[in-house]
This record gives sequence, structure tokens and C-alpha cells, in this order.
Amino acid sequence: MTTPAATDSSTSSEARSIHVRDLTKTFGATRALDGFSLSVPPGQVTGFLGPNGAGKSTAIRILLGLLKASSGRVEVLGMDPWSHSVQIHRRLAYVPGDTDLWPTLTGGEAIDVLTRGERGPAHRRRRDELMERFELDPTKRCRTYSKGNRQKVSLVAALSKDVDLYVMDEPTSGLDPLMEAIFTDEVRQLRAKGRTVLLSSHILAEVESLCDSVTIIRAGRDVESGTLAQLRHLTRSTVSAAIDGDPSTLAALSGVHDLAIDEGRLRFDVDDAAVHDVLARLATLDARHLTITPPSLEDLFLRHYGDDLREGSAPETGDAR
Amino acid sequence: MTTSATPGRATAHTHLREVAPASPFTGLGGLLRLYARISRRQIIIWTLAMGLSVAGSVGAMKGVYPDQQSLDARAGLLANPSAVMMTGPAFALDDYTFWAMVANELMLYVLIAAAIMSVLLTVRHTRAEEEAGRLELVRSLAVGRSSAPAAGLIVVAVANLLVGAAVVVALLATGGPLASSCAMGLATTLTGLVFAAIAAVTAQLTEHAGGASGLALGTLALAFMVRGIGDVLNAQGSWLSWFSPLAWAQQTRVYVDLRWWPLAISVAVIVALLVLAGVLAQRRDVGAGLRPATPGPGDASRVLLTPGGLARRLVTPMMIAWAIGLFLFAVAFGTLADSLKDMISEIPTFGDLVPLDLEDLTSSFAAYVLKMLALGPIGLLVAGILRLRSEEQQGRLSGILLTGRSRTGTALWWLLVVALEVSAVQVLLGLGVGLGAGLATGEAVWLADMTLAALAYLPAVALAGGLTMALYGIRLRLAGAAWILVIWIAVDTYLGDLLGLPDALRGLSPLHHVPLVPDADLDVAPLLVMSALAALLTVIGLLALRRRDLTTG
Repeated sequence: MTTPAATDSSTSSEARSIHVRDLTKTFGATRALDGFSLSVPPGQVTGFLGPNGAGKSTAIRILLGLLKASSGRVEVLGMDPWSHSVQIHRRLAYVPGDTDLWPTLTGGEAIDVLTRGERGPAHRRRRDELMERFELDPTKRCRTYSKGNRQKVSLVAALSKDVDLYVMDEPTSGLDPLMEAIFTDEVRQLRAKGRTVLLSSHILAEVESLCDSVTIIRAGRDVESGTLAQLRHLTRSTVSAAIDGDPSTLAALSGVHDLAIDEGRLRFDVDDAAVHDVLARLATLDARHLTITPPSLEDLFLRHYGDDLREGSAPETGDAR
Repeated sequence: MTTSATPGRATAHTHLREVAPASPFTGLGGLLRLYARISRRQIIIWTLAMGLSVAGSVGAMKGVYPDQQSLDARAGLLANPSAVMMTGPAFALDDYTFWAMVANELMLYVLIAAAIMSVLLTVRHTRAEEEAGRLELVRSLAVGRSSAPAAGLIVVAVANLLVGAAVVVALLATGGPLASSCAMGLATTLTGLVFAAIAAVTAQLTEHAGGASGLALGTLALAFMVRGIGDVLNAQGSWLSWFSPLAWAQQTRVYVDLRWWPLAISVAVIVALLVLAGVLAQRRDVGAGLRPATPGPGDASRVLLTPGGLARRLVTPMMIAWAIGLFLFAVAFGTLADSLKDMISEIPTFGDLVPLDLEDLTSSFAAYVLKMLALGPIGLLVAGILRLRSEEQQGRLSGILLTGRSRTGTALWWLLVVALEVSAVQVLLGLGVGLGAGLATGEAVWLADMTLAALAYLPAVALAGGLTMALYGIRLRLAGAAWILVIWIAVDTYLGDLLGLPDALRGLSPLHHVPLVPDADLDVAPLLVMSALAALLTVIGLLALRRRDLTTG
């Protein structure tokens, strides 16, 4: 499958906050990543989509220098994450999807331990502000926290850091919708300040509302990447209308798929490139109640994982370790 | 485990039609099978280990005390309060038979082992399940309110019955009289169950499995002290002794003048404690404790944020608890050193059991005690370093690294904190032995001598730590193998002379190479070699840690 991002991979990797090419990672006989590429431009929010076990977390752990790449090229902020992890970590903040915090420490203590090195009144103010926004009680012991509260500890710790790059691995898991909204707002503020964010998720709405571009990973390989506009271009809109005329001329048009008629109501999918022709034809058919639904990321996602859904099994990787 | 699956289901979706009756114990059978499956290996290991070590100990004692003369000398030792404290009430000192000596010397430790097993198993099947959230899952099935605790306690009871039976078999096999051997087995089972019931109560009090075991094991330590002090007041047991569950078992006077009724107290207390646990369980929610967790500081102190601060915070409580216990042991053993010489001069075979210099018995026994106690710091150092492994396994180590710290630096600071605290414990042990010996002999010079002597063990302790670090650095899963070395050191130190192990095997234990100061001359060469090896292994561990994938939870 051609990837729109592949065209600009010739540009210097220094211009990218994260640059990954042909990355593989094997755990024994398991290939968790198999020729994976990813490009995160600075100052943007990049979505990283994939189902459970596709290799998202493995890829992120390599970006953080916790795992060593088996082969391929990886650069984070222009440095090799394995050999320069400490330097990179000073300029990066990470939100894990689930954390086991020190049970005997309080939430506030855990946040301070996780942001050690960040000092000064500005960080202090930011930390307190975030704690208030996320309604986190810092005097409670970590072992008494629920999943959502543990996630808030991770979020407050990461967002209170004033760094170039924010890496988030399913950051909203366990949060209620209100907190999710606050999180969304915080990410928008980061982008407004020109920070770079890599946001791994399987929640499409989150990615759609936040991300400038998206990379989709499947079975350890990137299968699609580009801006949302570029990706939408690859997909089909759904057209629905009531017509009186004969729809067979429509079906003959190239770019029209899955035409169905139900009591005079017409439904079909259309390639975005063919919308213009289809509209012209619909006009001649005296169409009423016309709706065109733009493609959602969901459609894109389903198209990529449709095979898996039909086969009823997702590919195994080492991600769930 | 479900009881509600009936053929009529497809048509009747609503209301209570055809729902099977339920009791508080619904689903008990299924849970019993599950818990037995989870713990069967531990139970088999405990049973075999208890049987074998009881049989082995009795066999070894037969070699050490071959005649009445040696037994009389052993009885004479019981005039020392420390000896009574470390063993049991002194019955029949005027007619000290071999089996009376077995009961006196061995029974306490059989009881303690059964108690520890019961506490660990009970907490594992009660609070630990609850804390991990698995109880919630089980309770969401068609399972009665009382099924899970009942299943846990039944499994623990079966374990105690097996251990008790193993003790009986071991005693009978080594020639013990029938009635008293059976009584000792029953006493073991019942004492185990008393502590199982205590653990069932403490499991209701705290939200944390670690806290529940800690409270129950603390009760065991208290029972040990109360029994000891009580028997010191009166060598056959005073009013105070009777407050300790251990005394109820020991007061059966097995092999001397057997009486069964003290075990009735154990049974009554088991019932009372289980009722109390049941009442407490009814009064609280799933997952909660009776004692609510207290709030703490809203931000980290400056100390916590220093490079070794987190290690200190996480490791120190364990170190302090062990330091107190080991120090008390050290003092008790130290006081024993002086009175030993009367006994040993009358039992020539005692020299087979421990390496003693007949010229200066007090000094050489004190040195040997120091060597035995050095196992404590070795175990603490290994456990302390392995805490770093669990930090990695839980994914918390990556959190620390992401603050911009190197792996090597983090591991090195961790190592440094643990090593310093362990060194302090080792010095404290020397102080303790010296204090005890000084009190017994009235010579203050022991204090300085033994404290200095304790330092000679630091290289051997460090070597065990270096090996642990190397294994951990090379592979996370290898790290646990460090315990094999600790077990081997224990075998060599406690049984090496007795079993007559070949020197090549004994040399594997670092403690074997430590000169028995202050009695022996200080030979520096092995200490330097061990220090160098420890440093080398640590460096290997740190370098390997930089090269491997981290486990991130």
C-alpha cells in the first residue's frame, strides 16, 4: 500500500521529532515489529492507531530507549534513543497507558519522583494547576488510587514537564468523559505552544479531534500514514438519497460501490474523487433528501482491520507482554 | 461454579423462576479445587521439608548426644536464660532423656515453621486475592459470601494436617515413642492453625497483603518473646508463658510427662479468632480494611528526590525490622557464649557440630555466632537488590529512568543505599554479640572486639551482592537464582561440619573463606580476593544492564 508520508521521507530526518525507518523488533521467535516506519513532524500532534497487540507499545518502548531495536533506524529528537536515552529523556515526557505506582508513596510524592529534575516555582504552579484541573488528591497513598486516578498521576507528572516532545500511550484509558475533555484541552494547548505530541490510541474520536496526521500500525507494520485530509482522500463517502428515476445509470459510473435500493431510497459509497460526477448524475435523477456522510477514521480503520474482523483473529505480537 | 444453568432458560428471561437455591457456601467445591491447585506445590514442599528436616535433625542429634553424660551436660546449659529463651521450657532436667532433649530443642522451631507457613498461605488466599482484585471477580460469580474465606482456610487446614502428619512420621521413623510423637504432630498442626486464624484476623485489618502478613508474623515474634521471657521467669513455664500460643504446644510436656489438655486452649482460640475474623469480614466492604489508609504529604520531601532517596524510602522499613530482630538474636547468642564452655568440655562430640577452638571456647563460639548471623545481612542484601528487579517488573523503573537518569546511575545508587544499610546491620550484629558476651563475662572489651570482627564479613556479604547484581544485570529472570547461593551458604554454615561436606563444595560459600575472627588470626588475602570479585561482578552487572531490554510492566 502506498503511504503518502513516504514521499516526504527524503527530507532530512533532523526536521522530524521522531523518525523511524524499517524498524524490526523480535522477542525470540515473535516478530513484534516488522519493517515499521513512523514520522512525527515537530509542532504537530501525530496519532498512532492500531488494535491491541499490533505493536504500538513495543514501538513506543523502543522510542524511549527501554527496548533495543533488532534492526532499522530510529531517531528521537535527532538522537539514537538506545545510546542517548538520558539526553532524550530530559527533553521528553511520557504517559504510559497503565502504571503501577509505588503503593506506599502518596500521589503527590509519586508525581515529584516522576518529575525529579523539574524544579522552580513555574513547575510548581503548573503542577498545582494540573492537580486542580484533574481533581487529584495528592495526599492519598498510591495503593488506594483507582485506575483513573493512577492515570491522572501519570498525566499530571508528564504534562507538568516543560519539554519538546510528549509521548502518550493510550493516555485516556480509565478517565471519565469530563477528564477526557480536560485532557483534550491540555493537548490542544501543547500544540498551540508548538510542542510535539505522539498520541497512541485505539479511540478513533480522540485521534480525529486532536491529531494533525495519523499512522496506522497493524501486525507490526505501518499500513497507512498521512494527514487526516490525505487519508480521507483514500476513503469513500456514503451517499443517501430518494430518487424517482432509474438508478442503473448511477451504478454504471466508476467510483460507485455497493449500491442498494430500499423502497425508493438509494444508498451507496463513492470514492471521493468521483463525487463530482456522481452529484451531476444525481441531479438528472431528481434526487431528494440527499445526504453525503464524509468518511470517518472509523471507516478507514475498519477497512484495514476488516480482514481480521472477518477472520475473527488478530495477529499475535509481543505487545501484550 | 454456576448453579443456575437450566434448560428452561431460553424461555424464561425474567424473575426468579428456576433459580437454584443459594447458601453462603455456594460454589465452595469449585473454589477449593482452584485454591488447592494454586497452592499444591507450596504445600507439598512444606510437608516434605518439614518431614525431612525433623528426621534429619533427630538423626544428627543422635550423633551429637550419644550418651547420658552428654545429655546431662546439655541439661546443664538450660541454667542459662538465653538457652531457655531459644529452645523451650526445661522439663525433667534431673532425668534428661534423649527424647526430652528433642522436645526441648527441636519443638519450638517446628512450631515456628508451621506458623510461618500458615500465615503466608492464609494471607495468600485471603487478603492477597482481595488486594489483587481477583476476589471481586470470584464474588461476581454464583459464589456464596463465605465460600472464598472458607475455601482458603480449608486449604490451610489441610496443609497443617499434612505437615503435622509428616512430623509424626519423621519422629516415629527415628524411633520416637508413639503417643508423644502423635502429640507433637497434633501440636504442630494446631499451632499452625492458631497462626492461620491470627492471619485471618489481620487480613481483615489492613488493605495490604504485605501488612497483613507483617502483622501476623509480628504476632509470632511477640509470641516467641512472651514464651521466652515467661519461661525465663520459671524454667518450666510461668503465668506469662501461657499468653503465648507456642507455650500451649510446648506445655504438653511431650516425651516427659505427656498431657493433652493444653491443646484444648489452642482449639478454643482458633474457634474464637475465626469467629472474630468472620464478624470483622461482615462489617466491611470488599477491598476495604477496617483501618483506613491515612493521608500523607502532598509533595515529596527533598530527601526523597535525592538520587538514593527512593531506594531508601522503599528498602529501609524492611532493613529496620530485620535489624531489630537480628540484634536481639545476636545479644541472646552472645550471652550464651560464656556458659557454653562448661557444656562443651563435657561433650567432646560437640566439636563435630560447630568448628570450635577448645583453647578459648568463649571467643571461638562468639566468632562462630557471628558467622551464623552474617547470613542475615547476606539475605538482606540479596533481597534489597532484588527489590530493584521488582521495580523493573512493575514498570516503575522506567518511570525513574524517564526523569533523565541513566540505568547505570540508578542501579548504582540503589546498590549503594542497600549496601550501606546492610553494612550498618552487620556492624550492629557485631555490637549485639559483643554486648551479649560482655554482659555474660563482665568484660567490656568484647564490645569492641566483636564489632571489629563483624567488619571481616563485609567482603563475603558484598560478594553475594555482586553476584546478585551480575545475574540481575544479565537477565531479569536469572536474578532469583541468587537465592540458591544464599541457601548454599546456609547449608554450609549450619550443617557443613556436621555433614562433613568436601572442601571444594564448601568453598562455594563466601562465608567459608572468612577467618573466624576474633578467635583466629585475621588473614587478609581471602578478604581482598572476595572484595575484588564483588567489585568485578558488580561492574559486569551494571554493564550488562545497559545492554539488555528492560521489562516495562
